[in-house]
Order: sequence, then structure tokens, then C-alpha cells
Amino acid sequence: MKYLVLMYANDSEAPQTEGELQAIQQAWFTYMQEAQTAGVLLSNGGVAPGANATTVRVRNGKPLITDGPFAETHEQLGGYSVIECADLDEALRWAEKIPTVKYGSIQICPLWAPG
Amino acid sequence: MTAATQIETTFREEHGRVLAALISQLGDFTLAEDALQDALVNALERWAVDGVPRNPGAWLMTAAKRRAIDRLRRAATQERHTVILDSGEMEDEPEMNDSLPDERLKLMFTCCHPALALEAQVALTLHTLGGLSTPEVARAFLVSEPTMAQRLARARKKIRDAGIPYRVPPADLLPERLEGLLAVIYLIFTEGYVSTSGDSLTRHELCEEAIRLCRVLVSLLPHSAEAHGLLALMLLHDSRRATRLNAAGELVLLDEQDRARWDQAKIREGVAILDRALTLNDPGPYQVQAAISALHAEAPTAEATDWRQIAALYDTLAAMTPSMVVEVNRAVAVALAYGASVGLQRLLNLEDQADSYYPFHAARADLLRRTNQREAAAEAYEQALALCGNNAERAYLQHRRDEMLQYPATR
Repeated sequence: MKYLVLMYANDSEAPQTEGELQAIQQAWFTYMQEAQTAGVLLSNGGVAPGANATTVRVRNGKPLITDGPFAETHEQLGGYSVIECADLDEALRWAEKIPTVKYGSIQICPLWAPG
Repeated sequence: MTAATQIETTFREEHGRVLAALISQLGDFTLAEDALQDALVNALERWAVDGVPRNPGAWLMTAAKRRAIDRLRRAATQERHTVILDSGEMEDEPEMNDSLPDERLKLMFTCCHPALALEAQVALTLHTLGGLSTPEVARAFLVSEPTMAQRLARARKKIRDAGIPYRVPPADLLPERLEGLLAVIYLIFTEGYVSTSGDSLTRHELCEEAIRLCRVLVSLLPHSAEAHGLLALMLLHDSRRATRLNAAGELVLLDEQDRARWDQAKIREGVAILDRALTLNDPGPYQVQAAISALHAEAPTAEATDWRQIAALYDTLAAMTPSMVVEVNRAVAVALAYGASVGLQRLLNLEDQADSYYPFHAARADLLRRTNQREAAAEAYEQALALCGNNAERAYLQHRRDEMLQYPATR
């Protein structure tokens, strides 16, 4: 099964010091490498930091464009992975290895597989 | 036993086991449940005429598999594409075959997967393993039938769509998942024992179902000390069920219960299972709570209760699972072991965190009553009443409060 893994975190709770940042970077590297070697990681990406998100809705044929994500949460989307796993337990296991899990939260959405 | 009740009892007993095996074979939760439902309707008609077969589980399994094939064929025709059916497997006649593989452990862990909401875990467990119908589960949890049906359907859909595995968790996941499973069983029990609202303080069926589920669990996981501990705990609590309420439906506290009416068979069984748990040498909170419950059960009178031992066990429990409930109970045990004023002092130390927790005020009121501080006791009962939603417990608290107001403190 394919899962979309969404990484949310509160910027203010993210590591700040040089040492912490380095540790996080190392943890990212390990996660990516492990997941790639296992053939689990299909794609991966990070969201540019800062309040850059824009939301658009089309209603009555008219686009409504607003600043920011549609939900007012203090945790912002920071990145995503698409992973392929046997089941939810395996997806959880990988998600628990993502460095931001220690201060943010990670949402695991099964991707719809038609047919 | 009439034919109808015999059929119903058989359904209850076989439901979980047949469903668990069926899900394994079909690999589809919803299809298995629907097919079993069809088979039960079939059985109801046939068994009423022919009697209950020698091996009802295998009978249901065969019938359900046939119904599943029917359903798949119909769906295949409707969708105009072929589904490959393993009809070869259907050739054998399991009526001849006595042993249905016991897959209930898989079903338990799937129903209690932490990715499902707790209320869904509870409902699904009762429905699939306990064989309670949707209306029965709805009644037990005081929600409407459509709400419960929706809750169950959503849980089944999530199991399928989110890829929740149907298996016993691997060794590294087993301890945490077992903890969740035991919590669900205990929740079913406590929901029956002390319902959080409404008039029925004890709802026998839920208690009995929780005990039955835990017996199955213990038989499938014979080396789990905590599964034994939970079973012992529930049996010991349940032994006092008949004496927890008086004729007026008011709660009767442990020290005022009629000990002659405690169920001695359940006490003996609970103590024996606790002993077996302790030989497994893997202590845990359920075993400690069962040990506390056993000390109460074995005390011939309330005065003879070994409160020092109980206070020590609460120390152990507080170290394992710190919580407000444990702290309040520990303070009460200390009061009864070492004097009300010592216990009261401990209780008052909790005030900052426990102010909105009614058992804190109820315990404080009882200790104030025991130390003859009647006005303060009445006030504390009042505070407990303002926070408590259970009618039987409210009746007790009101009774005590009035008693305190009736005979004010001697000045």
C-alpha cells in the first residue's frame, strides 16, 4: 500500500541550536537512506519555511484566494513523503523514524488505489 | 433450554471464533461479517427444524463461506469483471472437520488497533468477538442505533482502507498493543460495572462479556501475566456486584457491604488466577490492583482488612501508573492504615490538581466525616455532588450530606 506521510510541526518548537540542527540533519539523512535502501521511499519533499502557503477555492466559478493554510493550526506542514509499505504498522514504524516526529506530528494517509 | 435460547447461546459462543477464521480466509472484514450474518439467518431457520448440529462452528463456517462466494459472484456480475474465486477450497466439508483454527487473537488485536478511535475499538470488539448485535452495543453505550452502525462501518472501512493488518503483532510491538487490548477489555468491564451516566450502575452483560473475552485471551496468551492479572481483577470486582447497591439503588461502599453475599466461587477463582499470574514473574498494574481487590475479598470483616498491605500496594501502583485515581485511593488506604488525619493530610496535598475530580471530594468528605468534622464534610459532599453524574453514586453522596447536616458538629 502507498501512504502519503505529512509532517507537521510548530516552528517555535523546532530545534534551534547549532548542535540540535546538526543532529536533526543527520537523522534526516539516516531516515532517507534507510527508507531508500529498503525501497520504501517513493518520493519526498520539504515545504519552504515561513508563512508562504496560499489557499484557493473556486466557488460559483470564481476563484477565492486567501493567504495561509486553510486550517488555523499552530502546526504547519513542513514536508511530505510517499512511502510504500505492507500495512499501517510498517508505515507507522517508518513514520516514527522521521526526525520531526519528536516535536511535531505526522499524519499517515493511505493513498487511494482504484481497482 | 428452549431451541431458540440454545441457538442464541450457540451464536454467542461461536460468533467470534467463526468470524476470526472467516476473515483470515476471505481477507476481507466486511465481507466476512456480512457472510456470517447471512449464515446466522440460515442457521436460525435450519436449526429450528433440524436442531443445533454437532459442530455448530464448522456448520456456520461452511455456510458463511458459501454465502461469501454468492456475494462475490453477485458483485462480479454487477461490476462486469471477473473475480477469481478459489472454489477448490470450498469442496471440503468442514462439517466433517472438528477443528476450526482459533484466529481470535488476530481479530482482537485488529479490533483494538490504536489507529482506531477508542470508542470504535470497544464497539468493534463487542460486536465481532462478543457477537453483540448493533442495537445491543448501541444500548450498552447509550447511543442511537444509526450512530453505532455508522461507528462500526467507519471502523471496518478504516481497517480495510488504511491497511490495518490482521495479525498478532510481532514481538517488538506486542507489549504496547497488548496493553491497549487489555485496556479495551477493562473499559468494557468498568462501563458495565460503573456506568458513567444513567440509572443502571451495573450492567451485567458488559461485565460478563469482558470476563469472557479475557478468558479467551488468557487461553490464547497463557504466558501473559497481565492478562491473568486483569482476569483476576475483574472476577474479584465482580464477586461484589450483588452488594454494591442497596434496594433503593444507592451505592454501598466496601466497608458497609454484606460480605456474606459476596460470590465466593468468583473470589476463589480470582485469587487462583492471580496466584498463577504471580508465578509468571512479570508484575504489572492489573496484578497489583487484583492483589488489592483480593485483600478486600479475603477480609472477613471491613475492620479486619489489611490496610497497611493495601497502602503498600498503592505505593507500588503509583510508581507503575501514576494517576489521580491511584493517589486518591492511596490517601484513603493510608487513612485507614495509619489514621484518618494522616490520610486527610495526604489527600489535601493533591488539592491543586484534583479540584475538579469528584472522587477526590468524595474521599475528602468521607475522611472528614470519619474525623467528625461534619460541617466541612457536608461541604465536601456538596462539592462532590456538583461534579458527579452517576445516579447511584449521587444518591450515596446526597444521603451522606444530609446525614452530616442533620447532626451538626458538637461545639
